[in-house]
Amino acid sequence: MLECPVCGTHLAMPSGVVENEIIDCGTCSAELEVLSLNPLSVEEAPEEQEDWGE
Amino acid sequence: MNKVGILFSRMRKEEKLIFEEAQKMGVDLIRVDSRNLIMNGENHYDFNILLDREISHTRSLYTLQMLESVGVKTVNSHRVATICGDKVSTTVALNQAGVPTLQVKVAFSRESALEAIETMGYPVVLKPVIGSWGRLLAKINDRDSAEAILEHKAYLPSGYHSVFYIQEYVEKPGRDIRAFCIDGKTVCAIYRSSDHWITNTARGARAENCPLTPELINLCEQTVQAIGGGILAVDIMETKDGLVINEVNHKMEFRNSIDISGVNIPALILEYTLKMDRLS
Repeated sequence: MLECPVCGTHLAMPSGVVENEIIDCGTCSAELEVLSLNPLSVEEAPEEQEDWGE
Repeated sequence: MNKVGILFSRMRKEEKLIFEEAQKMGVDLIRVDSRNLIMNGENHYDFNILLDREISHTRSLYTLQMLESVGVKTVNSHRVATICGDKVSTTVALNQAGVPTLQVKVAFSRESALEAIETMGYPVVLKPVIGSWGRLLAKINDRDSAEAILEHKAYLPSGYHSVFYIQEYVEKPGRDIRAFCIDGKTVCAIYRSSDHWITNTARGARAENCPLTPELINLCEQTVQAIGGGILAVDIMETKDGLVINEVNHKMEFRNSIDISGVNIPALILEYTLKMDRLS
């Protein structure tokens, strides 16, 4: 069972998700990065930086 | 199969769409995650061209510079990224080419910035020279606000915040225009509407299709030429004196513009990248 690394809630993985995609924890709203699909692994996503953008 | 490197560290919807299009087009996209990248001044890459979709401007700039130096073609080029990623550089490029753009003053001290603002007249817009998504923009309506904001900015740790980029404020008709330009052509445009004076879609502005008029196309062509070509999103304001350029983005987000415009932007991005690869 994959748990949110922030709040520990069981995570339901959205369909079509890919590696390095950002998903939100439905309970604590933490942004999580999908590190791998097999095995499933996530970690808290990096916080937005000043130089991020388009 | 065509091989194209793609630089990114965050898989946004845009990158997912590019990967989906690549699969349809038979393009082998090779992931280059900037967080794992080690560059040593040698060409040890498994591709001849790199599509830059890196969310961090700093990482992007250095990667493009290092890869170009060993013969890897990049889209966009390091030169274009340098111009678009810094608002002062963008302003200089547009002014040198005579492209209509908003009046800007640049100052480095609180005192000189205040003097510049007072000369321009209120309101003005203060922007960070590096940054995106409408982040840290300030509309300054009076001297009290100017003094307070300039003081706060001067204490921010990054030296870039002490480069005061002061732009004239223009009343917009509740919207601005974002035009998408690829390979010198204006492929589509959207209106970005908001009740707020900031009309970035990242800040909640609504997107609607904007017809491509000869005036718009002509202005975009001038802008693309001034910046150096490539894949660009040109932000335009409608003023009483006509259309003027506000900003130019070189790694645009386009998730809200495909359905509205009916243009397959990720496919065009890949086609342009492949064309550049053939020409290199």
